Order: sequence, then C-alpha cells, then structure tokens
Amino acid sequence: MPRTTSPITSPASASLDSLPWEELVTSALLGTDRRPPTPRGGPAPADAPAALLDAAALHTVRQRAGLLPAVPEARPEPAAPDPRPALPEAARHRLAHLLADRSAPSGGGRRGTAPDLTELIPQWLATANRRGYRAPAALLPALLDAARARTDLRPQALAFAGPRGLWLAALNPDWKFALRGSASGPLRPDITDPDAVARLWEEGLFAERIALLDAVRAQDPPAGLALLAATWSTERAEDRLMFLDSLRSGLGGDDEAFLEQALSDRSRNVRATAAELLSALPESALAGRMAARATTCVNPDRTGDAASIAVEAPHECDAGMQRDGVIPVPPTGRGERSWWLGQLVEAAPLGVWEERFGGRPAEEIVALPVADDWAGELHTAWCRAAVRQRNPRWARALLGRPSAPPASGPGTASIAERSKLLAILDDDERASWVAGFIAAHGLSEAFQLLGVCTVPWAGPLGRAVVDALDIARDGGSYPWSFSGVMGLAERCLDPAEADRLEVLTAAQDELEGASPGAGGYWSEAFQRLVSTLRLRAAMEAELMP
Amino acid sequence: MLALAPDAASRKAGTRLGAAGPWSGTGRDATGAVWGLCKGSGSTPYRTVVDTTGPACSCSCPSRKFPCKHALGLLLLLASDDTAFRPGEPADWAAAWIAGRRARAAGKGEPAAGGDGARGPVDTAAARKRAERRAERVTDGAQELEQRLADLLRGGLAATDRSGYGLWEETAARMVDAQAPGLAARVRELGAITGSGPGRPVRLLEECGLLHLLDTAWLGRDRLPDPLAATVRTRVGLPMSAEGPPVRDHWLVLAQYDTPDGRLVTRRIWLYGRRTGRTALLLSFGAAGRAPAQALPVGATIDAELTPYPGGGRLRAELGEQFGATAPAGPPPGIAAAAAPAVYGNALREDPWLDAWPVTLREVIPVPSEDGWQVADAHADTYADGRTGSALPIAPAALSRPGLWKLVALSGGGPVTVFGEIGHRGFDPFTAWEPGEGEEEAGRSPGGSIVQLV
Repeated sequence: MPRTTSPITSPASASLDSLPWEELVTSALLGTDRRPPTPRGGPAPADAPAALLDAAALHTVRQRAGLLPAVPEARPEPAAPDPRPALPEAARHRLAHLLADRSAPSGGGRRGTAPDLTELIPQWLATANRRGYRAPAALLPALLDAARARTDLRPQALAFAGPRGLWLAALNPDWKFALRGSASGPLRPDITDPDAVARLWEEGLFAERIALLDAVRAQDPPAGLALLAATWSTERAEDRLMFLDSLRSGLGGDDEAFLEQALSDRSRNVRATAAELLSALPESALAGRMAARATTCVNPDRTGDAASIAVEAPHECDAGMQRDGVIPVPPTGRGERSWWLGQLVEAAPLGVWEERFGGRPAEEIVALPVADDWAGELHTAWCRAAVRQRNPRWARALLGRPSAPPASGPGTASIAERSKLLAILDDDERASWVAGFIAAHGLSEAFQLLGVCTVPWAGPLGRAVVDALDIARDGGSYPWSFSGVMGLAERCLDPAEADRLEVLTAAQDELEGASPGAGGYWSEAFQRLVSTLRLRAAMEAELMP
Repeated sequence: MLALAPDAASRKAGTRLGAAGPWSGTGRDATGAVWGLCKGSGSTPYRTVVDTTGPACSCSCPSRKFPCKHALGLLLLLASDDTAFRPGEPADWAAAWIAGRRARAAGKGEPAAGGDGARGPVDTAAARKRAERRAERVTDGAQELEQRLADLLRGGLAATDRSGYGLWEETAARMVDAQAPGLAARVRELGAITGSGPGRPVRLLEECGLLHLLDTAWLGRDRLPDPLAATVRTRVGLPMSAEGPPVRDHWLVLAQYDTPDGRLVTRRIWLYGRRTGRTALLLSFGAAGRAPAQALPVGATIDAELTPYPGGGRLRAELGEQFGATAPAGPPPGIAAAAAPAVYGNALREDPWLDAWPVTLREVIPVPSEDGWQVADAHADTYADGRTGSALPIAPAALSRPGLWKLVALSGGGPVTVFGEIGHRGFDPFTAWEPGEGEEEAGRSPGGSIVQLV
C-alpha cells in the first residue's frame, strides 16, 4: 500500500505515520491549531493539516487492506426438512407475480379490465395446499409479509409456508404472528402423550390450553370433556365460557350430564351457553323440558273450520325456565311475553311440532295460518331452532320456494336468516335454491346468499348470476351498483364459464334511457370477469402435478 | 418479463394490458416476432410489435418509456395465453419493422449496444485542447479542495457540526463547477457522515484522508504508473472510454439492479465470465424515474464481448457484440468467507478508494448476530491454520433490504452460495443460488435456480 502513496506524499509527513490512530482523530477533531499532531521526539510538521490527512489516508487504507474475518456467532438450528414436492416452474412464477402485485401501489380508482390479483391469492394458496406443494424458499418472506397484512390469509399461507416458513418467522419479529398457534400448523400440541397433555393443561397459557382442548376434542370428544371436567371448578368465569364453547365440536349425548350441571353455574353467560348446547341435543332432558313448555303455548286451534295455530305466550318466566337458560328481561322495545315465547320455541326440538300437529310435515305446519299476529314471532323462532338443531327439513320448509315474493311466503323474509338456513342444506340444493331466487328476484339482495354457496358455483347457479348481470346491463344501470356480486363472480364462477361469457364482453350500442357510458363500463366489467376466470383456469392448470 | 419494465408504473400498466381484453389482431410468426393492436384512449388503436429474440419492440403510442406498457402487455399476454396469437405472416405495418430489424441484425449482429458508428469524425487536436482545459479546471478544483480541507483540519472537525450540510453542499457545488463530479460526490458523502451518529469523527477523518489522497494523487498524477493514473482520473470523475482488446466469454448475468443517484438512475449489471473467471460490471444511466435501456435477464448466460474500462481494477466494462445466449450454468466457483477480506485487500492495491469488491462465497450460512447478521463458513474447521474468524458481517445497507430475508429463507440454516461485494463495511449480498435438493453431502454442484437479493 505505501507504494501507491510514496511518490506523492511530502517527506515532512512520513514521521506522523507512527502516531496512534486515536491521536490523529483527537487532533483532527480539535483542530491542528489547538492540538498539533506531534510525532515522538520531533517537532510538529510544518504543514500540519496535510501531514495529518496523509497519515489518516495511509492508516485508513492499511486498516481496510488488513481486515480479518469475524468470529462466527452461534448458528441457528437448521429448519426441519419439508418433504413436499417443489412447485412447478409456471406456478412458482405465478405466485411471485401475485405476491408482487400485492405490494405494488394500486393505480388509481377504476379497476379497468385487469384481474384483481390480490383477491386470487387465497384461492391459489388453497389449491396449492390441496395438491400438497412445498413453498419456494425465496418467496417465503413475501408470503409471510402478505399473511402479516391480511389475517384471512394466515391459515392457508402458514400451512403452505410449512416448517421452513415457521423457522424463518422465528428469526424476524415482524412475523411473530406465525408463531401464535395456527390450528392447522405444526404448532398443534402433541396429544399422543397423555402426560404431556395433562401437564400442558395444568400449566399452559390460556391460548395453549384452548388449542389443546380443541385438539383433544377433535380426536376424542369424551377425553376432551374429561380434561375440562377435572379442572372445571377452579377455572375463571371467562375461561369457563371459552372452554365450554370448545365442546360445540363433537357435541353428543355423553356431554349432557356435564352440561346439565353447568346450568347451575355461577356465571350467567356460562349458564346460557350450556342451555344452548343442550337444546341442540334433541334427546336431552333440557330439550324435553323446553318441548313441554313450548307445547303449552303453541297449539292447533280447534275453534275454526280450517286448521290453524293458536298461540298463548307464557305469562311468567319462572325459576325453572331461568335455570334452563331463558333470559327473563327482554331487550328494550320487546314485550316480555313474546321474548319468552321465542326462547322456548327456539330451544324445543322441532320434532315435537310434527307430533303436535297430527303428523303434518314441516312444510304444512309452516304454511298454517297463525292466530293473533303471532306468525312472525313463531316463524323466526323456528328459523333459529332449525339453525341450532341443523335440521334440513325445517330449513327447507322455512325457506319456502325461492321464486315466491319474499314478503308474502311463510317462513322468513330476512336475508340474513335465509343465508343461515341455506348453510344447513347440502351444496347442490343450496346452489339451486339461490339460482331460483336470483332468477326470480335479481341480484339486489343476492350478495349474502351467494356468500354461503360453495366455490366454484354449480352450473345452474353460475348461469343464473350471469343472466342476471346481463339483465342488469340491459336495464341501463352502472356496473358498480353490482360490484359486490361482480367481485364474487370473479372469484367463484366456474372458470369453464369463461367461453360462454365472451359474447358479453363486446361493447354494446348505447341503449335508450341507459346511464351515459354504462355500456362501455359493462363491457369492461365483463372483460375483467372473463380475464379473471381465464387466469384462474391457468392458475389451476399450472398447479396440476 | 416484468423485469424489463422501466419503472413500477409501466409494470402496473403492462400487467393491466396483459389480458386479452384490449387486444385485437394479435399474431406471431415463426421467427419469434409478435404483434397486435391495442385499444387505447384514442380512436385508432396502437400498433405494437415485439421481437422476442432481441428483445426489442416498436409501438405507435406516444410514450417515451422503453419498452412501453403496450409492448409489456403484449409479452405478458403471450406468456399467459399464446393461443390468443394467430400464427402466420405479420400484418403490413408490423412486417416493415420486423424486416428492417432482421436486416440490420444480419448486417452487423446485435446493433443496439455500441453506437460508436454514429460518432462523427473527431477533430483530435481540438479534443485534446478541450481535455487540457478541463484538466486545468479540475486541478484548480483539487487545489481549492485541499485548501478547504486544510482549513477544516486547522479549525477542527468538531466545528463541522455547527456548519451542518451547508458547508459540504457549497464545496460540492464548487467541485461541480470545476468539472470534477467524482470529487463532488465524495464531498457530498462527507456531508452525510456529518449528520450521522456514533463513530462519526473516525469516519469523517477516514473519508477526509481518502479525499486528500485523491487530491494529491491528481495533482501528482504525472508521476503515477499508468493504471493508477487511470484509476485517479476515473475517481475524479473524468469521462473515460472503454479501450483495449475486447474479452469474449460466456458471461453469466449475476445481478441487475438500479439505484437512484440524484437526478439519475444508475443501473448495475454484474457479469461473470465462465472461461476467464473474471467479474465485470456494466453501468448504464437513465433520467430520474426512468430505467436505463440496457437490460439483461439475471441467470442467463450470454456469449459476448466486453471491453474493460481502464482504472479501478478494470472492473467496469462495456458490452460489445453479443453472439447469443448459451446454456444456463450454475454459480461461479466461489471462495470461503474467511478468504474474502484478503480479496478486497488485494483489490485496494490497484484502487485504494474502493469501498468493496465483488466476490462469490461458497457454502456459507447466514447467522444472526448481536446487531445484525453474518455469513459464516459452513465448514470452518478446514481453516485450522491459526485463523480464528470465518464469518463476515452483513453490510449495514443490506440489513434493511428484503433480500436479506430471502437469503436466510434460501439457506434454512444450511449452506448456500451467494454473490455480493465484500468491503470495509462488510458483505453485501446481491444474488444467491437455491441449494439443490439432497446435496447436503455433496460439496459441489449447487445447480439450483438463481435468486436476486437486491
């Protein structure tokens, strides 16, 4: 190194090279006027600043040239191997593209004709997980970032990220969320060792205990119950409520005795939950008691010629009813007798009504006229009972024919209740009911109903939605009035429908009375629908093994 | 594909156009050209042609970005759905451009890069005169800078706290006036050090020392050996041109990334020559917000000639004639982390102002350390010759980059091969190779795919 500086360094400075670096720094900091750099045994150089800088340069280059490697720190434990097969090349590029688009700034308001890639990530992850692929290591940071920003992605993203993803997350505080147990992740407690289970149950944190109870309950419901029963009396009220809720999965006759006991719990919320769980067991003693109470209130009316229903709401809410979970004080604005009646009917097994009304099927019972304006109250309570007891016969009866005008039919007109009832029916029946509803009533109320249908939509349902969109276009309104349904259609329509939809993408002539420019926007919206469907088909194909 | 996009906005717009919607009359021919009409905001659609062998493109849109969003969209559409392209003869408007391009390509290989032919006959005497005048101005600038540094040292560096950025900005402006952009840039960096935390006096003195070294080297350049004099001219910021015999090799594209640099965007492309074992750096520049035109796909290997620039360890080069792509290959052989500082040390002999030097590390493991990360040799025990260190700290600049996490993810706690720069601030990773499956035992052949980290 000195070779390069020697020809141009003034001789006066040579002696400064021997000074320790610290002295040079001090001198430079305070100024050579105040603190001239003085070599040992010699006078300060004439041109002190230049001499100091010469020495500093020499020192700097010498020090850089002589750098040594550092002492290594303790290595991290290597990530557990991931035996899943690697993604096909095209799918890997697709994922990189989807994740990159997520972080890109969104360009302006209108969406144009390009698919919304962010909305396709959940679907991509679900498919990849179903096929059992391993996540590419280089994309794990982007994947974890995506899951950090969107909680709904987390279960699928973490399952896909696998052991390497968790290993990585443990090294970066930004990804802490991944370490908080995911139900499907490898953090699921080990339930094969009874001692470990017992220890975790005794000593674990609340979240760990909930996860443990859920895991045990999923494997072996009576064992989960036994675990809970052992420590029940020592748990805090809030915890008791959460633990009790875990019994919802795998609920059966074995749980009745425990739940019956919980009806005398100190906490009102615990009592209410226990009663709710018991009423979902039609064979339980509580269900029997509720049936007895309900049938004293709701009876066939024998006064007129035609069959009808007479209702005599309860006059009091006695201690027995309260013990069985009936809440005595109604919310503001509701009469207490109808409030009590609703709770009794909701908790009574639906089977008793068929018995009570001479063996009539649910459809006929629902269609019977109800005296004194009690119909609304009674039908709503039956809806809640059907949902709670997951009774498809009653759900079907209460839904009625999809084409019937919502306000006129029996059962319920509420979209929220209807979507809950639909969730009880099987996939095909649900899809065809919603298809019928859309064909009759259009899309304005269909969003929530579509939300409960399985993806991809069955053929008739998909066609009904597309036809309805086409009709809406001809109606002359703007497509963003239907943006919710459009968005759903992009994600849920069967990709095979793309070809059939192609004709709709053509720009149409402006219709008489249509909103200005609507035709162009519609064709744009349909183009986006088609290109999204094509993209989904491509994504699907890329993930084929 | 999207790596070709000049900026984020084009990428976004291109993605939007990568669907069949706005396109009509799309087609392709057997030689790799594709074309289509893209409906824009106007009444006539834009005519877009792309030669996928180039890649090169032409479009009738008014955008001055290159490639424009229409060309990008067309390429994306081709990638996602090539059935949308009708094979056959090009449309008239497309045929003219394709034919013209093919003719040029046949005439003199790949045209784009060189561009020397365009330069008119140069009046050498006048040019020399201009160069002399410029050298005089730089000399004046260097003397002024020396004077300012001396004043600074006399009064003490502690005083610069009070004067803040202003002092350095003004000095930098003087160096720009003196036509010494290299000196100006270094002065501006001094200003940045003034504002930064602990260790400041030390770093300030180091940089002042190196700046002084550069000044005096310029003033005494007549007495320097040729290569070092060239290095000094480059560092001062005089325009240099690539010279000497071109080096033909199979060049692996190691990394390509852009850094904003005031009003410019600087693009760096790192290449590794299979045969010569030489690492080269291509620099290109674009106006702010716009990507430089030169682009090479990372991971590809091209058969091409490079002409090195003089000075600076002859790292920088200019891309000459290209003879096409060759089969992809794995990473450069690489060295151990323990050996990397010595490589940097050696490079300093030719250019004492070097901050870092490119190096490929083989079988290193990223390891979290107290205030950051390290890369440590996986097999450190093979260096039992008294050297205790076998790790390099990751440079501070790289700690905040998402690429670091990619590197960690690729490693998974196991050894990876990584290319980057080793310097006095530590190791700055640019590119890593995905470890192949089941090669924990085998030391060689990490032939996994290449992942850029910057």
